[in-house]
Amino acid sequence: MNDRRRQLLFFVGFVLVALVLAGVASYFADDDPDGLDAATEEIAAKNGQPHALENGLFADYAVAGDDRFTGVAGVLGVLVTLVVAGGLFTVLRKRSRS
Amino acid sequence: MSDMSSVAMHMSDGLINAPVSALFGAVAVLGVTVAGARARRDLDERMAPMAGLVAAFIFAVQMLNFPVLPGVSGHLLGGALAAILVGPWVGALCITIVLVLQSLVFADGGLTALGSNITNMALIGTVIGFLVALALRGVAARGKAGLLAVAFVAAFCNTVAASAGFVLQFALGGDAAFSTGAVGVTVLGVHCLIGIGEGIITALTVAAVAAVRPDLVYLLRGTERPLELRTVPVQAAWVRGGTK
Repeated sequence: MNDRRRQLLFFVGFVLVALVLAGVASYFADDDPDGLDAATEEIAAKNGQPHALENGLFADYAVAGDDRFTGVAGVLGVLVTLVVAGGLFTVLRKRSRS
Repeated sequence: MSDMSSVAMHMSDGLINAPVSALFGAVAVLGVTVAGARARRDLDERMAPMAGLVAAFIFAVQMLNFPVLPGVSGHLLGGALAAILVGPWVGALCITIVLVLQSLVFADGGLTALGSNITNMALIGTVIGFLVALALRGVAARGKAGLLAVAFVAAFCNTVAASAGFVLQFALGGDAAFSTGAVGVTVLGVHCLIGIGEGIITALTVAAVAAVRPDLVYLLRGTERPLELRTVPVQAAWVRGGTK
């Protein structure tokens, strides 16, 4: 029982760290293009195509294009990733038992 | 061209031509299928939730671009981190899930470029990062400093290898008006710098997990051998005593 509580505590702590990073620390991230984008800037200017889903609600880690909600988009992303990945791995594990 | 000010982090559409994009789409499907089959053997009751956490954590940290040069940033790719914590197969799936969600929900990383992005970051980066960590596993098992060093080196190699994947794709299917050599040197050079950041983040994260739950670090599994060795002489002495 004690072991299970420790396990739960560890997982909850891990999720909280991820939520704070995506929800708060993301506001302090460097806005400059990343290495790949910077290195391919001229190529993208010539051949680059806009993202097919560029008008999505959470496109560019914003909410409806509003950067002030980057933290909201980040928290949502962490939760969606957790649910999708956690669900998929649970299903994979169970199917491996059979 | 408002795209320039966006926070896109992965390869967008149009950099690589359609046939080569399709080729790497097939490579990605094949690689992820193999990883999925092998991941089943690794996934147990403890690892399934841990793997979900690793994916969510990597999603979060990928948002945190850090400066590497004036006007240029970098961010974690996460392949080595995932591989060290949950193994290469489950790790490759973690990165794949992150990349798919980023492309579909956050319009980050083009849809036609998804196969190339998965090949580079989820497959090449994870496999190279894990192979380097595996080769240095003896050092990692020696103690905290060893584990930090191994995580750093594995993560650095993962970043550079993943960027080399892009250079390969560009050589095969990029705009011939741009010199592959020049693009390659720039991409690899800047990713050597990003690799340092990736190494630091990976080392700190792995060390933090290892400090609390060393049993959840895939790379360290079965490395308690030094402790077992210590029990061997005791057992031998007991056996010897018993036969007297």
